[in-house]
Amino acid sequence: MGDIPSRSIVIASGKGGTGKTTVAVSLALTAPGPIRFLDCDVEEPNAHLFLKPKIDRSTLVTVPVPVIDAGRCRSCGHCASICRFSGIVMLAGKPQVFPELCKGCGGCSWACPEGAIREADRAVGVVEEGLAGRIEFVAGKINVAETSSPRVIRAVRRSPSGRPWTLIDAPPGTACPMMAAVHGADLVLLVTEPTPFGLNDLKLAVSSLSHLGLQFGVVINRFEGEDCRIHDYCEKGNIRIFAEIPEDRKVAEVYSRGDNIVDTLPVVRDIFIALWGEIQEAMNRSDGLRMDGRSCSS
Amino acid sequence: MKVVVTSTGESLDSEIDPRFGRAAFFVLIDTETGEHRAVSNEVGREAGHGAGIQSAETVSGLGANMVLTGECGPKAEEALKRAGIPVRTKIQGCVADAVNALKTEISVGR
Amino acid sequence: MRELVVLSGKGGTGKTSLTASFAFLSGRAVMADTDVDGSNLPLLFDVSVRRRESFYSGEIACVTDDLCVGCGRCESVCRFGAVHREGDRPRPKYKVDPLACEGCGFCYEVCPSKAVKLQERLTGEWFEFETRAGPLVHARLAPSGENSGKLVGLVKREARRIAKERNLDLVLVDGPPGIGCPVIASLGGVSGALFVAEPTVSGLHDFERAANLTAHFGIGSMICVNRWDLNPSLTERLEERARSLDVHPVGRVRYDRSVTQAQREGRSVVERESPAAADIRNLWKNLEL
Repeated sequence: MGDIPSRSIVIASGKGGTGKTTVAVSLALTAPGPIRFLDCDVEEPNAHLFLKPKIDRSTLVTVPVPVIDAGRCRSCGHCASICRFSGIVMLAGKPQVFPELCKGCGGCSWACPEGAIREADRAVGVVEEGLAGRIEFVAGKINVAETSSPRVIRAVRRSPSGRPWTLIDAPPGTACPMMAAVHGADLVLLVTEPTPFGLNDLKLAVSSLSHLGLQFGVVINRFEGEDCRIHDYCEKGNIRIFAEIPEDRKVAEVYSRGDNIVDTLPVVRDIFIALWGEIQEAMNRSDGLRMDGRSCSS
Repeated sequence: MKVVVTSTGESLDSEIDPRFGRAAFFVLIDTETGEHRAVSNEVGREAGHGAGIQSAETVSGLGANMVLTGECGPKAEEALKRAGIPVRTKIQGCVADAVNALKTEISVGR
Repeated sequence: MRELVVLSGKGGTGKTSLTASFAFLSGRAVMADTDVDGSNLPLLFDVSVRRRESFYSGEIACVTDDLCVGCGRCESVCRFGAVHREGDRPRPKYKVDPLACEGCGFCYEVCPSKAVKLQERLTGEWFEFETRAGPLVHARLAPSGENSGKLVGLVKREARRIAKERNLDLVLVDGPPGIGCPVIASLGGVSGALFVAEPTVSGLHDFERAANLTAHFGIGSMICVNRWDLNPSLTERLEERARSLDVHPVGRVRYDRSVTQAQREGRSVVERESPAAADIRNLWKNLEL
């Protein structure tokens, strides 16, 4: 278990496709020390395609769902009336369970006056663990047509770390899944691109994060040198830009093959090593601020 | 028998609502007495993922022996099956037409 | 009336750009922007607002301070970590975190003093816009809004209503990324799905998961490969994989900086000539809409 305090850096993005996984994986491969990598994009996990871990452990993520003992059930309907999700409904005068809709709140088993309801685990996803070189790798994957991403993400995050650095690849967007991934992070890096879509979604992400009081900064991907809308926005909002990655067709081609840009493009490798410098500086600075008792924000 | 037809309105002239779970109304018709009434499906329309199941609960509570509708999602289908209520899909036109066609079928078939 | 949903599994593949171009080429479509967690379609048009509404769905628990006796039963039954104790003097008070609350109502059921109330949850806001490519229904999630798909369902219903009112025969749904609730909701009642995929290992992987979803719901699907020339061999592999999953390849669009240029100029790609625009026009023809 983690007696060493682990610093967590979450790589997130308001918009999908900006390069979140590329940045997360590149950071993992250029890390200054032993790291643990958590792929929390449980709907579409991709990091394994680049880090190529050897998975040696697999744990199911489950939801407790009701099982009705027909012998004890008196069809009073209390369970159906307490359920707000259609997990239990009365059909032809008998309670019927629809496990896919159940959120596992436990209300029905509590409500049953006959003690006729017990709970059984239903699998909604899986957490896989293994090693990618010297990187400790953990990835969550939600089963197709399941709806409880945050639950699977929390299961990934709960896996204990003995490493000084934890890198988390968050799901895109700013809703519940992203919130579950960034919870309690020491630093969140928002990956964006200098386009109208990129800026629009960056603003949404910043707005979500500011409610949570987390330290965050921006990484600009696909920068062509002309469009400065992200720089302008960050300057106005006093948001730190941690790195810029230039637009380069070669980067897109390397990525398309599932190869790692920090292995094949030295210029890019240097950018990520410098990014680690910025990250460590920001962590030290916020430690200093914390010791002073002042609040830390980027 | 008691038939439920998914409907866009409350009368027998109303056009059939092609969806079961999110149907606007359920029109319950007793094919023997000809009595009918419409029930608003607010519960189904408001529901999140459980629309089909909520609607099945509603029609089961109405004592339906059969459901006529346009399309029925997999959860609704499962719920109606468990309730022991057969469902016919791809039905079009207005409520009255659908019921009459069914009545004809019953009288001819038996 | 037909309804096409444009999906990708993976974000950033070009769904929105293509949807906008299709609407422009059709001239008879209503756009439904269902990527409520960060929708971008309006950015490609000068929109004028016709209607703006709040959307409530589901519930959130809320503790009324004056009635709370500090027993803590609410916190003990909550399985989602949404109830927290605050302070101790003169007695503990309990508060619900709206971001974590699932609206199950268990706390409401156990509260001995009726201090817990269940309130309608403000899920988001939706808009009806007019654009030069036709009407556009767009929605935005509120911060504690749950993305269960109900807002997506509403956007689609409104788009269909408008199409019916104005005698338009096509609803174009710009779908959400991923394979979760919002995507599932975007699939309801569609005539078909068009996958937009990129020829990358990530794109192939994510396409497969998303194609599993449409197959699960029995929806006839097609695929087009965007930026195909970045990796022609992977493009072939992607199309082959698609065919094996019963998803029909209907076209390819090449990598072209003019796509981003169009976005920067606030217009759809096909409103000006370019290699990508020509590819998109061909693709549109193959869709036979």
